[in-house]
Amino acid sequence: MREVPASKITETVERLFIEANYHLPPDMVSVLERGEQEEQNPVARSVFRTILENRLVASEGRFPLCQDCGMAVVFIDMGQEAAVTGGNLEDAVNEGVRRAYDKGYLRKSIVGEPLFERKNTGDNTPAIIHVRVVHGDRVTITAAPKGAGSENMSALAMLPPAAGPEGLERFVLDTVRKAGPNPCPPIVVGIGVGSDFEGVAELAKRALLRPAGSSGSHPKYAALEAELLRKINELGIGAAGYGGTVTALGVNIEWAPTHIACMPVAVNLCCHANRHCSAEI
Amino acid sequence: MEECRRLSAPFLEKEASNLRAGDEILLSGVIYTARDAAHKRMSDALARGEKLKVDLAGAVIFYAGPSPARPGEPMGSIGPTTSYRMDPYTPMLLELGVKGMIGKGERAEDVVASMKKNGAVYLGATGGIAALLARTIVSSRVLDYEDLGPEALRELEIRDMPLVVLIDSLGSSMYREGPAKFGKSGK
Repeated sequence: MREVPASKITETVERLFIEANYHLPPDMVSVLERGEQEEQNPVARSVFRTILENRLVASEGRFPLCQDCGMAVVFIDMGQEAAVTGGNLEDAVNEGVRRAYDKGYLRKSIVGEPLFERKNTGDNTPAIIHVRVVHGDRVTITAAPKGAGSENMSALAMLPPAAGPEGLERFVLDTVRKAGPNPCPPIVVGIGVGSDFEGVAELAKRALLRPAGSSGSHPKYAALEAELLRKINELGIGAAGYGGTVTALGVNIEWAPTHIACMPVAVNLCCHANRHCSAEI
Repeated sequence: MEECRRLSAPFLEKEASNLRAGDEILLSGVIYTARDAAHKRMSDALARGEKLKVDLAGAVIFYAGPSPARPGEPMGSIGPTTSYRMDPYTPMLLELGVKGMIGKGERAEDVVASMKKNGAVYLGATGGIAALLARTIVSSRVLDYEDLGPEALRELEIRDMPLVVLIDSLGSSMYREGPAKFGKSGK
């Protein structure tokens, strides 16, 4: 067994959340630059320009990219030959989030109980933590702070298998159309298909981690991504919803096996600040 | 893009009525931040017959919860949150004198009807350019509900905040015209 001190996990999580909130990942910068070139509405094009300018100001490290510094979503690939020592994994992650949101001057946006009291926990914990056990002795951590504007516009449907690719397309387009300006377009569209009710939502969120503008490895899914991107952009929503030819910067589909009776589809929208950042310990 | 009108908050119904959907403006003056929880508190206080600490006459409310200010800065990053969540409380505030709201996203029909009746405008700030918008904040202080943290009711002094008129006092919406022009088939 390889020992991984809990303190190392805390330090890494702290660093990653500060990094993610101040530095837009390179994949997003390149699709935004391309979007600015392609956009035909001058008003929407100027929105692209301000987004790119905002990213430069944020990268100076004093003002985060967005005031919504997100729920702290953490993906961990835990090598089965790695053992966390000197503390509990979940506690270590939450301590990292607590430190990042304090030292990084990030907004704390979590309420401890969702229905009655809705009192802010004051330190942006607890994090949403997804752990996968993998081969090897490494621990890979991805920090993906997720804003609520786009999260609120996301949707899940348990479609019948007969709905097929057309049914999936219709559901995705309906979701994006209904969302309109709310999720802060230009957006990245993460789609999950297959698995079960809770699994498909996680697939959609994981899809957002894949570089925007990349294609899925399965040719049929890659073709569907390209077609959906074209159709979403034909909706005309545009940057900030002001009308335009570039509404989405990327469509990423992740799929998994499912039940003979099921075709779950989840659409997780993300704003133009699709923040994600990884490190291996 | 070239014609940018300057406006100072708080403003009168007459000034609001000169604005048209799609106009770009630079807003200066004094505005207030309030979002979900502060709206609920204001609504509950008014229902109990209490007076608010904010003067709503001609007021502009920015639906925003900023990130914390670093030492030496008046404010952290700041930008609009999605406005529909404030819709249930909005007609009541418009009746009490609010003339402008800054946010993003569509509004409910009854909000637009109340805007027309009360001569108010709905202004848009681009979402997710919060580091840039922070530069337009001159000063900030918490007026009420400090325990809400980022959701506290704040008074801001702003200078030249770049905004777009999303819905004017006649009910015309920028969100309808723009996408209709650039969308194909709508399917």
